[in-house]
This record gives sequence, C-alpha cells and structure tokens, in this order.
Amino acid sequence: MATKTIRVDTLTRVEGEGALELDIADGAVAGVRLSIFEPPRFFEALLRGRAGAEAPDITARICGICPVAYQMSAVHAIEDAWGITVDGPLRALRRLLYCGEWIESHALHIVLLHAPDFLGFPDAITMAAAHGEAVQRGLALKKAGNEVLRLLGGREIHPVNVRVGGFYRVPTRAELAPLAATLESAHAQAIALARWVAGFPFPEFARDYEFVALRHPDEYPLNAGRIVSNRGLDIAVAEYEAAFAERHVAHSTALQSGLRARGSYLVGPLARFNLNHDRLGPSVQALAAELGVAPGCANPFRSIVVRAIEVVYACEEALRLIAAYEPPPAPAVPVAPRAGVGTACTEAPRGILFHRYRLDAEGSILEARIVPPTSQNQSTIEDDLRIIATRDLELPEDELRDHCEQGIRNYDPCISCSTHFLRLEVRRR
Amino acid sequence: MDARPRPTLAVWKFASCDGCQLSLLDCEDELLAVAGALDIASFAEASSTLRPGPYDLSLVEGSITTAQDAERIRAVRAASKRLITIGACATAGGIQALRNFVDVNDYIAAVYATPAYISTLATSTPISAHVKVDFALHGCPINKTQLLEVISALLAGRKPDIPNESVCVACKRRGTPCVMVAQGTPCLGPVTQAGCGAICPAYGRGCYGCYGPAEAANTAALAAAWTALGADRRSIHRAFRTFNAAAEPFRKESDAHGDENHPG
Repeated sequence: MATKTIRVDTLTRVEGEGALELDIADGAVAGVRLSIFEPPRFFEALLRGRAGAEAPDITARICGICPVAYQMSAVHAIEDAWGITVDGPLRALRRLLYCGEWIESHALHIVLLHAPDFLGFPDAITMAAAHGEAVQRGLALKKAGNEVLRLLGGREIHPVNVRVGGFYRVPTRAELAPLAATLESAHAQAIALARWVAGFPFPEFARDYEFVALRHPDEYPLNAGRIVSNRGLDIAVAEYEAAFAERHVAHSTALQSGLRARGSYLVGPLARFNLNHDRLGPSVQALAAELGVAPGCANPFRSIVVRAIEVVYACEEALRLIAAYEPPPAPAVPVAPRAGVGTACTEAPRGILFHRYRLDAEGSILEARIVPPTSQNQSTIEDDLRIIATRDLELPEDELRDHCEQGIRNYDPCISCSTHFLRLEVRRR
Repeated sequence: MDARPRPTLAVWKFASCDGCQLSLLDCEDELLAVAGALDIASFAEASSTLRPGPYDLSLVEGSITTAQDAERIRAVRAASKRLITIGACATAGGIQALRNFVDVNDYIAAVYATPAYISTLATSTPISAHVKVDFALHGCPINKTQLLEVISALLAGRKPDIPNESVCVACKRRGTPCVMVAQGTPCLGPVTQAGCGAICPAYGRGCYGCYGPAEAANTAALAAAWTALGADRRSIHRAFRTFNAAAEPFRKESDAHGDENHPG
C-alpha cells in the first residue's frame, strides 16, 4: 500500500486562515476535513453583560470584511426584541449601506482573490501585468462600494454611524448626489466585470444542493425576509434554531451548521440567485441570460459570475434608492430597552447571517447567538472537496491542491469570523 | 531601470478580524504603486506566493491568544528587520482581551459544546508583550493613510509622522462642534488618540475610543465629566472596556467603575 503525504502550510487568498486535510486510502478519498483553528475570540460570551445598544459596534469586529452585515443583523435583532420598527427612508438607507458592502466585498473577492485561480496567477498584482484593465476596473468598483460605506457609515471598515433605531446622522440629498455619479460609472464597470468573468473556463461540476436564502415579497433579499430553500423550507427567522443545528467537531473551532432534517446546505450568492431570480429586475435578468446563468445553476465554480451579477444588481439598487431618497424627520426612531428575545437574519455577502439576543429589563445582553455564513457552508465545502479530490486524485499534487483551493474559494469563505490557519494536508495510505 | 532590490514586505495575522490588513487592499488608488515599490514576499490574504524571510518590513495584525501563536510571533520577529503592529488587537489585545477580566473557561463553555476541543490562553495580549515592536499603529481599524505614511517613513529611515494628540484636537481642526458641550453627549475624545479623522463626533455621536488612549490621558477627569452628564458607573465601565480594554489607562479607569456584573 503506497503511502504519501503532502503538506501545504497556508491556504491563501481567503479571508482568515485554516486547514484542509485529505485522507486517501487505496486510491480513494476516505476523508475530507476542512479544519478551522482560529484562536477563538468568544464573541457570544463577551457580549453577555454588554448593553444591547453596543451590539452593532462590538459584533462588527467579528469580521473586517463584512462589518455591515454584522451591524445589520445586530440592530434588527435588538429592534425585534424591543418592539421597534424602522422603515421608510431609514430602512432605505440601511439597504443602501448594505449595497455598498456587497459591491466592495464582492469586487474584492472576484478580482483580488478568486479570478487569479481561473487565469493561473498567484495573485491579482501579478495578474495586473496581463490583465491590467480588469484589475483596475475591479479596484474602481471596490472603491465605489467603499465610498457608499464612507458616506453613510463614516468609514469603510467598522462604520460608526449604525445604531439601534436607525443612524446617528443621515445624509442630505445633495450629499448623496456625487455618490450617484460614482455608482453610474460603477454600474457600467460591473457589467464589464460580469462579462469578463463569464468568459473564464469553468470545470464541469454540479451537485444536488439544498440552497438556503432569504426571500422577501418584493425585494432581492438583503435585510429581511423568510428563510426558504429549494426543498420546501419556508420559515420565519425566529424559527431558525428549530430548523438548523450547529455541531462542534474536533477538527475545527468554527461550529458547523446543518439542517436538522437534511444536513448540509449552501448559502451565499448562488443560493440567493437561484431562489430570488424573479426579484432581480428585467435588466439584470437579461444580463444573466446573456452570460448563460439561469436559476437552478448548481455549479459552484460559476458562483463568481453570479457574484458579479449581484454587483450589477447592487449598483442598480443603490442608484434607485438614492433617486427615491427623501431625508427622514429624524436620524433614528425612539428606542426604549425592555426584556425580551430578538432574532434577525440578513444576507451577508457570503450568505445568511443569524443573530439572536436575550436581553434583561435594562437592555443588557444575557445571551447571544451568532451563526455566520462560513460555518453554514463548511460541510458543503467539504462535500465539494470530496468530489474534486476524487476526480483529480491522479493529478500532480500541486494541481490537486490548486483545484481544492479554488473549490474552497468558490464560497469566498470568510474564515476570520471564526478561524486561523488553513493548511492542506494530503495523507495517502 | 532601477536595479536595486525592492524592500520585502510580509503581512501576518494573529487573532483578529482581518480588517487592518484589508486596509492595505483598501488603498485602491495606491495598491499597484505600493506593489511596485515593495516586494510583497508574504501576504496570505492577497497572494498564493509565500516566500521565506528575512523581510525588511513585517506588518502584524492580531493579538496573541494561543501558545502556538506566542511561538510564531517570535519566528516572525526573528525574520523581520522592522516590525510594525497594525490595529488595536496587535497593539492592545483587542476586544478579545475582555477574557483577561474573567475566567476563560466560562467563555469557552458559553460558546462550545465540547470545551476539551478548544486550546486557548487565558489572556489576549498585544504583540509588544512578546517581542520588540518598532512602531505601533493604533486603531480599530487603522487608518489607511496613516498606514501608507508609516510604511514610507520606515522604509526611508525616518520617524513616522503620526501625532499622538487627542481626538479633541482633530475635532477642532475639522470644525466639529464639541458633542459633549453642544449636545451633552458623553465622548471619549479627550482621552483617545487621534488618527481616525474624528469621525464619530462629525456624525453626531461620542467617540468610543477605538484608537486607544492618547498620551497623558486624564481618564479620571473625563469619567467625572461623564458622571456630571448623567452617565452611570456601568456605562462608564463599559465605555473604557471595549477594543482597547487592556491598554493600561483604559483598564484602570474601567476597573475604577466596577465590573460587568457588579457595577460600582
């Protein structure tokens, strides 16, 4: 029996670091473990005893790549507990802020982290020598998203302007006007980006996934909706924990989430697109059709195209929100803390992000529960890797490793929400 | 063509959110120029090319929370001519340093079903508690303009132009009316190091101290001013115990106002 071990110390171009181990016995893949050993930071524990109003600023620090997602799920959950409704222009501004994060985060992932895989470069900076225009376009898009975050949030990373009840300060129509000009040009760049990535070579790959995303009566989902799947799941956000369970496995500090009834599921752009294609609007739908992506797409390697389509959508939606904006009478609605439990789920760039808080009569947090997208996708990524590794077992180990890494990057795993070093170890027995 | 070798740069992550190293990628207008001026030898978030040291400059994000990381930072230091810590985690221990004030086993049990799988230190400590640091850049997150200044200065062999004045000075320069005086809003600006651009007061809220203590910060006087504005002990305690909770002036002031469960 031949024995062979490959060890790769760091999986690169993911946000955060972790490890992958492949067990190969007698020419077959016997085991796949996506190991995440980020030193735990214990957010759910350190939130206990904090004021509910502090949750958006503290939970933002879970992830520097998608802080707005954490702030949005936090404020919606606390508002749910305190019986507060935020609608009208304040709700629209939250959606606009979230569009900014989608544009920034998706552009980062598509151009700087994932595209080099398809074109055979170690990074975007090296790729810029041959694809300078595409890299510049990606950076321009990223900057446009960041401008939305800077204006509405005060800064790009860990914005300061989000609060329970609304914002600390809201923009005037005149302040939003230059943003519209930036986004008009970003919209054209996003279409060019989507056409560029649609021309990449995609491996044949499809699985029968259970896609899970939010579903809203009339919007492509960002801040609100029911949790639905292509296999009949259709629940209110408050029922999340009845339908999903997290497991603590020995090889990972990230808890793995699964459907209690059926196990692995997939969240993120591909799931959102497949379950909400009818909410994208005619021009984005036409672009998707032109690029050959139809609802039901089950090839995760094509998620890069879907991500780019979402950038186009986010630019369009941001422009629509800016055009319709009338400043609200106050930057926030009144807030009165009270005892209770609140839940929320929003669509982070990488998929649904669930928060639940239990608060005492003074509004202090007694218990917090946070389920990030990466822990939800983790076992689906492992399942994909089992298929990729089985298919590529005979390839040179460098290529096998590259293909596995690309398979992981399909999900844009934001491992910093829970993790550290991603190492690839292949054990052949 | 300049044939001199470009200085090598490495970027390292310890316990953190990735936000400070993202600041480098957020330099959209400067990124390709930085990549041209520097030889990026190791930056796992951005590139699959990871070359061994030595490095002319290492940027270190995150705090030390495991025994392995305590070893790893020594290896990073040994391979680096200059080492800059970026952000509140690396310079002060970050929000995860809240564990320093409790029994970490309570934290583990609150999050994980099987505590035996978890290996962690009882404290989150800044990089400077483990190795020599050549320059500490504050902020949660850092300011990318300051990051570019520190990189340029260290490579040019000069002192970085990073003022350690308070947020108050930055507010006055920006022309923002004082939120404590004008609105009666408690603000940590008088004791917090500038560098963020005094964003919070410009957005109508009090500074929440994410850049850590300014030089010679009189935290006790500020706490008294907060009390005069009606802030209770618990909110003062919480205010000093966030992203720079383990920085000495903030730690002392939060301790003076009780703990989470027993305020005052």
